[in-house]
Amino acid sequence: MRKPTRSNLASSAVAAVLACMTLIMPISASADAVEDGKKIAFDRKKGNCLACHAIAGGSMPGNIGPPLVAMKARFPDKAKLRAQIWDATAKNANSMMPPFGKHKIISEKEIDKVVEFILTL
Amino acid sequence: MKKFIIAITALGLLGGAVAHAKTNPAKDLKDVRAYFFKKFPGVPLQEYANGIYGVNAGRRVEWESTMEFPPSEPGVDAGKALYNKYKGAFAKCFGNGAGKGMRQNYPKYDAKTGDIVTFEGAINSCLKKNGQKPLGWKKGKLAAMSAYMASTSNGKAINVKVPNNKKALAWYERGKKHFYAKRGQLNLSCANCHIGSAGGQIRGNILSPALGQVSHFPVYRKKWESGGKGVMGGFGTLHRRYGGCNKQVRAKPFKAQSDEYKALEYFHTYMSNGIKVNAPGVRQ
Ligand code: HEC
Ligand code: HEC
Repeated sequence: MRKPTRSNLASSAVAAVLACMTLIMPISASADAVEDGKKIAFDRKKGNCLACHAIAGGSMPGNIGPPLVAMKARFPDKAKLRAQIWDATAKNANSMMPPFGKHKIISEKEIDKVVEFILTL
Repeated sequence: MKKFIIAITALGLLGGAVAHAKTNPAKDLKDVRAYFFKKFPGVPLQEYANGIYGVNAGRRVEWESTMEFPPSEPGVDAGKALYNKYKGAFAKCFGNGAGKGMRQNYPKYDAKTGDIVTFEGAINSCLKKNGQKPLGWKKGKLAAMSAYMASTSNGKAINVKVPNNKKALAWYERGKKHFYAKRGQLNLSCANCHIGSAGGQIRGNILSPALGQVSHFPVYRKKWESGGKGVMGGFGTLHRRYGGCNKQVRAKPFKAQSDEYKALEYFHTYMSNGIKVNAPGVRQ
């Protein structure tokens, strides 16, 4: 094996720090993130997820997409959930679901928060 | 925004190139009917003229009570009065019938000019030819008068012809491409909502099937009535509605009577051939 180069080292150091942060931060950040994520998901001008999905706590949902329930069981891999929200057309080219990340409908940070909220369902 | 436009063009070109070799309107018509007959078993063809009320029993009850005294009636009367004012000109342009009982044949491919003539287009070019001022395209006077004229075709089956020549087929293909191409920031095609998800619910809205969607235009909408002026304020032409549906997905709408919307209307109306005109419809 080749010795790691300097930049590799640097980036793995960054990765390590980031990994620590995500270990420490969720406890304080995620309660807020979940609350924010819910607001973004329900806001008609943002996620407007209720337009198509029944979601606990939301009124007048549409029925174009499946009800969002038991999400942790259905998406054990968080990255897969994020990918579905970022660009649903990657999996199903003709999907009705707007590509929230790809078309910058909401920001990357907002997507992260929506993911946190969806995982509580 | 630029990125989306590029993406759409790429998709469009692809769809066009594949489809062009075998543009077959008669087959498309057969396929779309077969699709809906399967999706909504027991709903007869003519029922599709009623939009969401043809496929959703819940909403139908409310609509039927509205239709006992259609809110469009005073506006249709005003449209009729306008029609009588221009009748002389219409007799010269439309010939026998003076524009009455003719709605079902529009839009038309004009072999002389290679252009698509919509009903509103024919009305306005007739006014111009006779030294009158053409009317605004999307709402108000033209929409109300066109709604009255369309109502004189009620009961006649839509009969749009796509002659088998290159230009006419290209118009048709362009409209079809528009209908199936995803567009706007929300990345939705007309077909996503009005074919794939027809009958489904987006928030509080039921989505109407594409089949029959054009039969009752110009339409009278309660939403437009509240923002419009006088008894003619609630009417809108098909191109007004196209603009609204383009905007819903955060796409830039095209101009009323632009080539893009004329092509769309040509394809969209052909799909409803055989369904009887029932204008003006009353919708939310
Ligand atoms: C216009 C309709 C529409 C909107 C708006 C929409 N979705 Fe979807 N969604 C769908 C459809 C349809 C599917 C089914 C799978 C597919 O076609 O991609 C889906 C699938 C999903 C799935 C996968 C469910 C599963 O069990 O496989 C998730 C998670 C999801 N959507 C989350 C969201 C979130 C979060 C939002 C808002 C930020 C949202 N959706 C907005 C239509 C929509
Ligand atoms: C995001 C979903 C969506 C998309 C995409 C969409 N529409 Fe609509 N459309 C609606 C809704 C909701 C209504 C109102 C309920 C109904 O009648 O379907 C409507 C209504 C209509 C109507 C009036 C129907 C009637 O009975 O009066 C027409 C015509 C129409 N749409 C055509 C189109 C065309 C053409 C396109 C593409 C350029 C399109 N729509 C794209 C959601 C959509």
